[in-house]
Amino acid sequence: MISANLPILHVIIPLIGAPLGLLFSRSPTGAWLLALIISWFTLADSLALLLIVSGGEVVSYEIGDWAAPWGIEYRVDMLAAYVIVIVSGIGAVTMLYARQSVEAEIPRDRIYLFYTMYLLTLSGLLGIATTGDTFNLFVFLEISSLSTYVMVSLGAERRALTAAFRYLVLGTLGATFYVIGVGLMYQMTGTLNMADLVNRLPEVAETRTILAAVAFLTVGIGLKLGLFPVHVWLPNAYTYAPSVVTAFLAATATKVAVYVLVRIYYTLFKGGVFETLPVDEILLALSLVAIVAMSAVAIFQTNVKRLLAYSSVAQIGYMLIGISLVTITGLTAGILHLFNHALMKGALFLALGCVFFRIRSVNVDDMAGLGKAMPWTMAAFVTGGLSLIGIPLTVGFVSKWYLILASLEKEWWPLAAVILFSSLLAVIYMWRVIEVAYFRERPAGAATIGEAPLAMLVPMWVLVGANVYFGIDTDLTVGTARAAATFLMGG
Amino acid sequence: METVIGLFNYWIVIVLMMAGFYIVIAQENMIKKMVGLSIFQVAVFVFYISMSNVFGGTAPIAAEGFTLYSNPLPHVLILTAIVVGVATTALGLALIVRIKEEFGTIEDDRIRDMEEHGEESEA
Repeated sequence: MISANLPILHVIIPLIGAPLGLLFSRSPTGAWLLALIISWFTLADSLALLLIVSGGEVVSYEIGDWAAPWGIEYRVDMLAAYVIVIVSGIGAVTMLYARQSVEAEIPRDRIYLFYTMYLLTLSGLLGIATTGDTFNLFVFLEISSLSTYVMVSLGAERRALTAAFRYLVLGTLGATFYVIGVGLMYQMTGTLNMADLVNRLPEVAETRTILAAVAFLTVGIGLKLGLFPVHVWLPNAYTYAPSVVTAFLAATATKVAVYVLVRIYYTLFKGGVFETLPVDEILLALSLVAIVAMSAVAIFQTNVKRLLAYSSVAQIGYMLIGISLVTITGLTAGILHLFNHALMKGALFLALGCVFFRIRSVNVDDMAGLGKAMPWTMAAFVTGGLSLIGIPLTVGFVSKWYLILASLEKEWWPLAAVILFSSLLAVIYMWRVIEVAYFRERPAGAATIGEAPLAMLVPMWVLVGANVYFGIDTDLTVGTARAAATFLMGG
Repeated sequence: METVIGLFNYWIVIVLMMAGFYIVIAQENMIKKMVGLSIFQVAVFVFYISMSNVFGGTAPIAAEGFTLYSNPLPHVLILTAIVVGVATTALGLALIVRIKEEFGTIEDDRIRDMEEHGEESEA
């Protein structure tokens, strides 16, 4: 019975858990325990799903027993299961880490609200990855976004409020653009179900209505995923949100939006959009600017959280490059980087959370001497940084390897050169932080600080360990990504 | 004439959508931004409702003597979208209240000034 309901449990349980926490467990510890248990449950559920679909099977679930084109269908294929595992895995680890960090950063009487919002976000993100209905996807998009705005606004500084407001305005515009796109598709096909759309779209793919729909969908989702020129909400939102929120969002929210883009291009239109509209060239051009310009901007940041936020925009560029190459290797690289970037940014932001926990600041200059004072935290930061740069034996290397392989496959040498160049920029911005932390003494008279608590170190090192483990043993990640890419390319 | 009268609803949609979008971009006052955002969303609601219309069809309520109905599905979708819109507006306004408490103003350009040039520029 449980197994038949697997595709919905990981969405429903957090959704029910959120109001439960609000009503019954308002103590910080109680709310945290509830969120922790639910997060680990969703991880178990999603791993079970991944096992089921890894054979190439597609699991379909009809909500309320209404048959597919009329009712809402949940549809889990390899790619969906892969994204669900990323989201729930990061959720489970950050919740393990969250208790002390949240107590230090969010006023005590609002902590239960934070966990409620976290559960809603989790439910929304997992829902986006699971649903097979385009309008249902919009609803989940807004569930996750609205609760995300609240989580961002819980940051300690007052600038968190304006960051949340600007995110809300742009996020709502993005979601509304998406709805317009869905509406235009509905107008031409009379269906919202993805599997149904796949069959009906080819007939009308050349009409102006569908071209407009593609444009609206691309811009709308682009706003959500932090596509280069419309990423402006992202740096402030990441900088001023509480540490745990930043780690969770950076590792999941943008990844899920990238997933939606892949879904639209490769599942709904079966790659046909690339023939009717030059979306691949546009994405490629924007991403190239993103990986160079945003990495360069990151070099000049004094706030390390903001530095990593700009680096995130650049890293999203890598994913989009992979997607816009429209080859199996390219798509593999893009999908692979979804997972790998979640691991490295998760680890880095959790490390910054530990730093903030001890010194109440994440400015580069305040981090002087931390290499000695907080050896485990900074070692995690360095490992995450190496992974971000793409040093062998880390996941970052695997992603870049496949990305460069894909660009060489197309014989686009300059593209490979730009990717390598932007990695060099990553060396510079990571080095700035590492240099201050290891080669400068703590200012005289500064309070002596100790290592972050074990309850925060362990989850952080789990992610760091994953960075190294999946950098060496690539069978699982590359295998899954390649299978998903092959499936999407229809091969 | 056909394109003006026949597509009247869609023209309204475009006008509303662009007006709302323009307000969001051009206005510095946060309340006005929320107003623009609402207009923008309402334009989409009108768009969905317009396309659900079937020539000669009545409201989709089963009753004797009627066989042709408008498509009810977009109506239902827009009910959901309205709920989302209300939630967005509520959250946006709540944030504006908090911003007013913290910054003493809800003009985005002045807040940006305060953020960039330190705290003391605006008392």
